[in-house]
Amino acid sequence: MPKTIFEHSSPGRRGVRLPACEFDTPLEDLIPKKYHRKSIARLPELSELDVMRHYIKLSHMNHFIEKGLYPLGSCTMKYNPKINEQLVRHSCFADLHPYQPESTLQGALELLYELQNDLAEISGMAKVSLQPVAGAQGEFTGIKIIDAYHKAKGNTHKTKIIIPDSAHGTNPASCSLVGYDVVEIKSNSEGRCDIDRLRELVDENTAGFMLTNPNTLGLFESQIEEIAEIMHSVDALIYMDGANLNALLGIVQPGKIGFDIIHFNLHKTFATPHGGGGPGAGPVGVVEKLVPYLPVPLIEKSDNGYHLDYSHETTSIGKVHTFYGNFAVLVRAYIYIKMLGAEGLRRISENAIINANYLMAILKDYYHIQHQEYCMHEFVADGTKQKKENNVSTMDIAKRLLDKGFHAPTVYFPLIIPEAMMIEPTETESLESLNAFAQAMIEIAQECAQNPELLHEAPLSTPVRRVDDARAVKELDPIFKIQE
Amino acid sequence: MPYISNTDRDRREMFAKIGIENFDELIQTIPKKLRIKDGLKMDKALSELEITEKIKGKTCQNLCVQNVNSFLGAGVYDHFIPAAVDYIISRPEFFTAYTPYQAEVSQGTLQFIYEYQSMICELTGMEIANASMYDGASAVAEAILMAVRKNHLLKALIPESLHPEYYRVIKAYTEGIGVELVRVPCSNGLIDLDKLAEMLDETVGSVVLQSPNYFGNIEDAHKVSELVHKEAKCLLIACVDPISLAILNAPSEYEADIVVGEGQALGNSMYMGGPLFGFFATKLNMSRLMPGRIVGGTIDKTGARAYALTLQTREQHIRRGKATSNICSNQSLCTLAATVYMSLMGRQGLREVAIMSTQNAHYLARELTKIKGIEMRYPDAYFFKEFVIKTPLPAQKIIEMMLSHGIYAGVAVAENELMIAVTEKKTKAAMDEYVSAMQEVSNA
Repeated sequence: MPKTIFEHSSPGRRGVRLPACEFDTPLEDLIPKKYHRKSIARLPELSELDVMRHYIKLSHMNHFIEKGLYPLGSCTMKYNPKINEQLVRHSCFADLHPYQPESTLQGALELLYELQNDLAEISGMAKVSLQPVAGAQGEFTGIKIIDAYHKAKGNTHKTKIIIPDSAHGTNPASCSLVGYDVVEIKSNSEGRCDIDRLRELVDENTAGFMLTNPNTLGLFESQIEEIAEIMHSVDALIYMDGANLNALLGIVQPGKIGFDIIHFNLHKTFATPHGGGGPGAGPVGVVEKLVPYLPVPLIEKSDNGYHLDYSHETTSIGKVHTFYGNFAVLVRAYIYIKMLGAEGLRRISENAIINANYLMAILKDYYHIQHQEYCMHEFVADGTKQKKENNVSTMDIAKRLLDKGFHAPTVYFPLIIPEAMMIEPTETESLESLNAFAQAMIEIAQECAQNPELLHEAPLSTPVRRVDDARAVKELDPIFKIQE
Repeated sequence: MPYISNTDRDRREMFAKIGIENFDELIQTIPKKLRIKDGLKMDKALSELEITEKIKGKTCQNLCVQNVNSFLGAGVYDHFIPAAVDYIISRPEFFTAYTPYQAEVSQGTLQFIYEYQSMICELTGMEIANASMYDGASAVAEAILMAVRKNHLLKALIPESLHPEYYRVIKAYTEGIGVELVRVPCSNGLIDLDKLAEMLDETVGSVVLQSPNYFGNIEDAHKVSELVHKEAKCLLIACVDPISLAILNAPSEYEADIVVGEGQALGNSMYMGGPLFGFFATKLNMSRLMPGRIVGGTIDKTGARAYALTLQTREQHIRRGKATSNICSNQSLCTLAATVYMSLMGRQGLREVAIMSTQNAHYLARELTKIKGIEMRYPDAYFFKEFVIKTPLPAQKIIEMMLSHGIYAGVAVAENELMIAVTEKKTKAAMDEYVSAMQEVSNA
C-alpha cells in the first residue's frame, strides 16, 4: 500500500501560495490569546505535485464505471454522462450562494422548478420536494410525512409500519428514527408480499407500509392495487422505496397505481455519479393530500418569476437539510432527463430489463436462481450450489470476479436468499460487455468445481489481497498517528 | 440513443437467448391496467448541443459571486479553492466509484477516507471521526441522538446563537424519538452563561455549543464546558467552523465530547448550498455509538497494509431498525475535496486562510462602524470572519440597494441587523468599495 499523505510530509513544503495579507494587526489584538489553539494543527506539508502524485496513485487502486461493469444489485451503477460534468461546473451554478437575493437565482430556481415537475410526471405524483440529499434521507422525509399526516388527522394510535423482509436496511432504520415500531412481513414463495399475511398484520395501529417495487428480488409486486386497498382501508399510507425505479420509467407511474409517497435516487436512476459513496440526492414525491407536509421551501412560480416558497410552513415537516438539497446533483439529473425525454426514459427501463433477463438466461445453467420467472432490471442468483458441492462461498465468488476485472454483485442481500448475488447490469452495458461478464461467471463456476482452493485464495491480482475485515474491528485503527 | 449500446440487432439476439419474441413478454407481471397508456408528458429530447444551449439560458439568469462583490456567509462560505482540488475529484476513479464495499478494489477511496478522518481528528483534537454526514445541520442532530444513546437522557439544550436552519433540521431529526429541545437564551450575542447554569441539571443529556456562533461571535467555550461538565453525564457537542480551527481552540482543549460542523469551506464550491458535508468526530470510548461509515486500517492476507470499512455492525445494512443511524449514502466526494484541500494548504496555508479572513473581517468592521448610523451589534464579543452590524435602514432595504452597486451586502438577521462574512478572497480594495457603497446607501 502507498504511504499515507502524512508520511510524505516534509517541513516547510507548500502546495498553495496565498496573496500577502494586507493587514498586520497582531492576531491577539483582534482575538485574545485564550481563544487561540495551543499547538498547530499538524496537517501534512507537500508541494502540489506531491499531492497530485499521491492521490493519483490512490485513484489507481479503485474500480469505477469507466473501467468495467459494476453489477451491484439495487445500486444502478450506470454510466454517468460527461456533459453533465461540464455544464454543472459553470461558475453561475458552482459559485451561487444560497442566501443570494432570489432575483439573482432565477435560472437556478427555474431549473429546480422544471425538475420538480418532471419528477412528478415520471412518478405520477402531485408534487415533489428536491430537498432530501440521499435515498435514506428521502425515506426519513417520507416517513415524517406519514407521521405528520396522521398527527394532523388525530390518528395518534398509529404506531407501526410494515416492511417486507426483503427490504433495504435503511427502511427499518428510517422508521425507527421517526419513532415507529417496525413489523416485518415475510415474503411468499413467489418472492412477493404475502397478501394474506398482510391482512392479518394490518390493523388500526398501522401507519404505513414501505415497499420497494420492483422488490429487491427484481420482481414486480403485481398485487399492488390490492395492497393499496388493504392499507387505505385503515387510513395507512404506502411508501415506495424508489431504489429500483430504473425498471419502471415510462412503464408505470407509481403515484397512479396506489403509492402515496415515493423517493427517487437520482444517483441511481438518473445517472448522477456515486462519488465513492455520495453525494447523491433523494427527492420525495407525494400524492395531493400529502403536499401540505412536504419540507419547506418548495420552488414555485408566480408573476414575478420563481421563488422559494414557505407558504405551507405551518403544516410542513420542516427541514431536513440546511438549504435546498444537493443542487449540483439536481442539475446533473435535470440535464439527463432533458436529454432523454419521454421515449428515451422508457428505452432506459426497457434495456435495463432486457439486459438483466439476458444475463439471467445465460447464468441460470451455472448458478442456482430461486425465482426463475422473468425479472425486471435485476435478479438474484446465489452460490448455494457452489457452497454445497465445492465448499466455495458467495464471498469467494465475488472476490474472484475482482480478479477478472469486474466489480462483484451485491452479495448476501436480500437477506432472504442464502448466499445471494444480486445482479443489476443496467442499460448502459453493451451485449459484448454482458457476454464478457457472463463468461467470467461461467469460468468461475468451473473453477469452483475444479480448483476451489483458487477461489478461497481470491483475489490474486487486485492492489491488495483479501482484506482482513475482522482485524479492522478488533484492533480499531481509525486515524493515522502523526509522529512529531 | 445516447447511453444505450443495444441496437435492434443486439436486442434480437438477446430475445432469442431469453426465448421471447418481444419486450412485452418480459413485463407480463405488470398488469396491463397499471401501465402508462399514452407515454409520459415530457419535453422533446435534446441533443448534447441543444442541452448546452438550454443550460446557457439558465446560467445567464444567475448572478454568481464571481461577478459581484459578495459578503454572504451564514454557514456557506466563498473561500479560495486551489485548481488541483477539482482535478482530483473529477477523476472517474473517485467520481464514478461506488461505496467501498469491496475493499480489494476500493483501496483508493478507503485510504483517502482514512486520511480525511485523520485530518478531522487533528483539527478537532478528537480520537475518531466518521466518513461524513449530509451537512453541518444533520451532523449536530446525529450528535444529539448519539448523546441519547450514551446517557439515555432525552433533553438537549440548544443556544439561540445556533444557526436557525440547523435548529429546524435538528427538530425534524430528534422529535420522533422524543428528544426535548430547550433553547438557551443569549445575551450580547453569546450564550447567557447564568441562564445556562440555571438550566443545567441531571436531566440534561447534551448541550450544543456553536463557536464561532451563527452571528460570528466566539463563545467562551471553556466556561460553557465547565458548566456542562458539572453534570456527570451531560455531553458537550461543539459545532465548529473547520477553517477557524487553524487558529482557534481545538475543541479538545475545552473538553468537547462530540465535535461536528459544516465542512463545505474546506475546498468545496457553494453550489447554492449543496452538496455540503458534515464532519463528525468524538472520543474512542463512544466509537460504537457513532453514526455513519468509518474506515479503519488493517492488513490483507499477506500481511500488507490495507484499509476496510469498520464497526459496520452499527450500520443500517446490518443492524436494520436498531442501527445507530439510517444514513447510507453520505457526501464522500466532498470529503475528498476537503482532504486534497487540506493537503495542499498544509498547516501554514490553513493558518494563513484563517488569519487573512480574521484580519479582513476586522478591517471591514472597523471601517463600516466609522459610518454614521452603523455600529457593531455585539461590540463586546470577539469574532472570527463574520459579524453583525446595526443598520440605519432596514437590512433588507440595504441588501437591495447594495445589489444595484454590484454587492451582496450580507444576510439580514433582524430588521435592522445585517450579518457580513469576509474570507481571504477579499482584497482591501473590494472592502473599500463595500464601505463607500454602504456610506452612500445608508445616507440615502
